[in-house]
Amino acid sequence: MHSVEIKDLDLNFGSVKVLQGLNLDIHDGEFLVLLGASGCGKSTLLNCIAGLLEVSDGQIFIKDDNVTWKEPSERGIGMVFQSYALYPQMTVEGNLSFGLKNAGTPRDEIAKRVARAAEILQIEPLLKRKPGALSGGQRQRVAIGRALVRDVDVFLFDEPLSNLDAKLRADLRVEIKRLHQQLQNTIIYVTHDQVEAMTLADRIAIMKGGAIQQLASPEEIYNRPGNKYVADFIGSPSMNFLEGVLDGDAFRVGDQTFSTVGYNFKSTASGQASMGVRPEHVVIGDAARAMPNTVDTTVDIVEPMGSDTLVWAPVAGNRFRIRIDGQTAISTGDQITIGFDAARASFFDAGTELRL
Amino acid sequence: MADATVSMTGPRGPKPKRRFSPTNIMLYGTLFVVAVYYALPLYVMIVTSLKGMPEIRLGNVFAPPVDITFEPWVKAWAEACTGINCDGLSRGFWNSVQILVPSVILSIAIASVNGYALANWKFKGSEVFFTILIFGAFIPYQVMIYPIVIILRETGGFLGVQLMGSIWGLVIVHTIFGMPILTLLFRNYFTSVPEELFKAARVDGAGFWGIYFRIMLPMSLPIFVVAIILQVTGIWNDFLFGVIYTKPETYPMTVQLNNIVNSVQGVKEYNVNMAATLLTGLVPLAIYFISGKLFVRGIAAGAVKG
Repeated sequence: MHSVEIKDLDLNFGSVKVLQGLNLDIHDGEFLVLLGASGCGKSTLLNCIAGLLEVSDGQIFIKDDNVTWKEPSERGIGMVFQSYALYPQMTVEGNLSFGLKNAGTPRDEIAKRVARAAEILQIEPLLKRKPGALSGGQRQRVAIGRALVRDVDVFLFDEPLSNLDAKLRADLRVEIKRLHQQLQNTIIYVTHDQVEAMTLADRIAIMKGGAIQQLASPEEIYNRPGNKYVADFIGSPSMNFLEGVLDGDAFRVGDQTFSTVGYNFKSTASGQASMGVRPEHVVIGDAARAMPNTVDTTVDIVEPMGSDTLVWAPVAGNRFRIRIDGQTAISTGDQITIGFDAARASFFDAGTELRL
Repeated sequence: MADATVSMTGPRGPKPKRRFSPTNIMLYGTLFVVAVYYALPLYVMIVTSLKGMPEIRLGNVFAPPVDITFEPWVKAWAEACTGINCDGLSRGFWNSVQILVPSVILSIAIASVNGYALANWKFKGSEVFFTILIFGAFIPYQVMIYPIVIILRETGGFLGVQLMGSIWGLVIVHTIFGMPILTLLFRNYFTSVPEELFKAARVDGAGFWGIYFRIMLPMSLPIFVVAIILQVTGIWNDFLFGVIYTKPETYPMTVQLNNIVNSVQGVKEYNVNMAATLLTGLVPLAIYFISGKLFVRGIAAGAVKG
């Protein structure tokens, strides 16, 4: 059963086409993350689903009900905003019950739902406080609570953790995941943070220029990116790309030749292409010599990050990043041998940039 | 004195400042002169209004009163003559209050809703509408005086009430003329309220008026105070519209002040004139003192930041 269904959605701001012919099916209870760089239309899409922006064309269904012309409050959605958007003059309790009061919910029902949401989010001691007296994490909990009390099928999160510091963000991320496991609601979550997307999502929709580039599970997106943009966007540090020529089982970059044995091509391909290798799929030292492809190179830059160390070493004249264990002793100027397996690499057509 | 410790440890803590540095002398000297320049007329007015006529005839304008008398104040308020009426400024004061209160309430109520609609409920042509409204602020009043006379006369006749010359006619004029600047003020303020707050309220099912009264109004005390200051002082100090659109029985205080000061019947009573002028200026003065505090409190109440 579909929880949210978007059909041929267009949205224009004047002459600027922000979304064009967008289609998206979201299953019941699914956690879908809309991921993309700023300006890709992900928040716009969320606002369309919420009914805060009027669509130029197309339809939106929520629970098989055509809500294209309905008011936000009639769509059966709850929304959490990046800036929390708590009503500053109301207490936490007032914030939680505002929507229910507007809907004319009986008073004892309001009290029951507020109490339940407060319990789930552990904000009971804060109910009488004003938002100004809360910390960022507490405010975001209240904002989530405001969506929770509405007892809706679909939650919309618009970059809810972007205003929080790194540690709090990691904590709340886990809580949102726990909340989803507990409530089993459909969640559409907008973020530009790929870690949030990878950790939370059942499926990720990567957007660029108002179009969905790839819609798949996090594993699929990480291991088999559909095009070069997705490959480059996902993964930190990002993927290494080598431009070259595919010829049978060989991939030539300058005077280097790499074996593509093990890579599962969609169809037999040849000609100009680029090969993407993730820094974490490259090994050095003895392990490298066991790999199908090896290159001897010199360490250019070393970036220690504690748990890992990022090593920059040129391959066939291109910059190349290698992620190795943080305990490895390595320094600039060292001669190293690196190795990788084409089975874990990705190949993209040089023209269409699609996965080969 | 401090030399010993300073030389032992070198410079430490805040750098000592010289109280009578050339900069300070220039700064405070200039400020003092300017302050005196501005305060002197007020001083002259106050002391003159507390003197009797014989003392004024001595011609010592700056001398403090020898015999303090409140007689001129009483006369200015209750007895001074304008034409055949000899009931002082009191009538003008109550006329002004009757003009001021509805004008301020009406203009701010309408302009705040205008500003809110233009900021948050953009409709087709809202920008054009706003531009036209702002353009209205730049048209000289003189151009509109006569057309408004005609409009007040005709609509008054049409509705069967006397608008021209009545207090309500003037209230309408003040409300309309306050609209461009107040709408601009409120629109800009409501535009600065985070858009997500407005979106959240819509998801929560609040409508146009619900959001206005429950979300926007409680957040906008500072801008309401600013609007009130602007309107109260503007309307209270208005002379032009008052003299044109009302008649002697409904003249506002400013017009009546002018009539008292300019009517020459025998001796020119400077003390009464000074007292009358001070009385007329009391309302805007009071507004500044009261609202100054409110203003600061309003800003301190501020919105929730990230």
